[in-house]
Amino acid sequence: MFRLSNSPLEINNLHASLQSETAGGFVCFEGRVRTLNEGKTVTSLEYESYGPLAEKEGLRVIQEAKEKFPIIAASCVHRIGHLQIGDIAIWVGVISQHRGPSFEACRYIIDEIKSRLPIWKKEHYQDGDSGWINCEKPNSSSK
Amino acid sequence: MSSCGLKHILKTMGEKTVHIQYFALLREQRKQANESLHTNAQTPAELYRELAQKHPFTLAQENLQVALNEEFVSWETSLSDGDHLVFIPPVAGG
Repeated sequence: MFRLSNSPLEINNLHASLQSETAGGFVCFEGRVRTLNEGKTVTSLEYESYGPLAEKEGLRVIQEAKEKFPIIAASCVHRIGHLQIGDIAIWVGVISQHRGPSFEACRYIIDEIKSRLPIWKKEHYQDGDSGWINCEKPNSSSK
Repeated sequence: MSSCGLKHILKTMGEKTVHIQYFALLREQRKQANESLHTNAQTPAELYRELAQKHPFTLAQENLQVALNEEFVSWETSLSDGDHLVFIPPVAGG
């Protein structure tokens, strides 16, 4: 399962959705909004996405993880909208018979989601400035 | 050939209407999220060059990806009348 969410993630529900009597291991990754990035103090951030393609690509990543690793199930939800420090931005959970494949698949999913999905992040800084991550550096004239 | 088919061929050879959706930095630089425009561009690469001459886009084509009708495609894919395009700035999910 992969989906985008405009509202805070309900971790207990996500956790409950990954149950299996054959699962001996559950691994989860939570990405949280942190206050420091590259030396600047972040006060909040916004996630924006091209929803239809992000959801298709997210499902592809989950399917790839199932093909590459002997896991039972995997889920991922990515927040969209305005988030505050400490909020959960992304949740990835994997269950498998033994722990190894869950760790590997979880790492695969978060890495692929970060590099492939059309999702953008704008950080707002304490000094009043803001910027789209990875978009500002290609041209130094951006503020 | 039916007149309908001929009209379709003429459209795919020349001017077409495409629908563009902008996100993140491109949306801010274009100052709008959507537009439909008439163009003679044959490919997304040609269309981006055309747009970059009119608007203050700071991202070069090499920093972008392009999606056509909700799928990633190559910059040299042929455009057709009614296509929906998204130029995808460097992503930063997670």
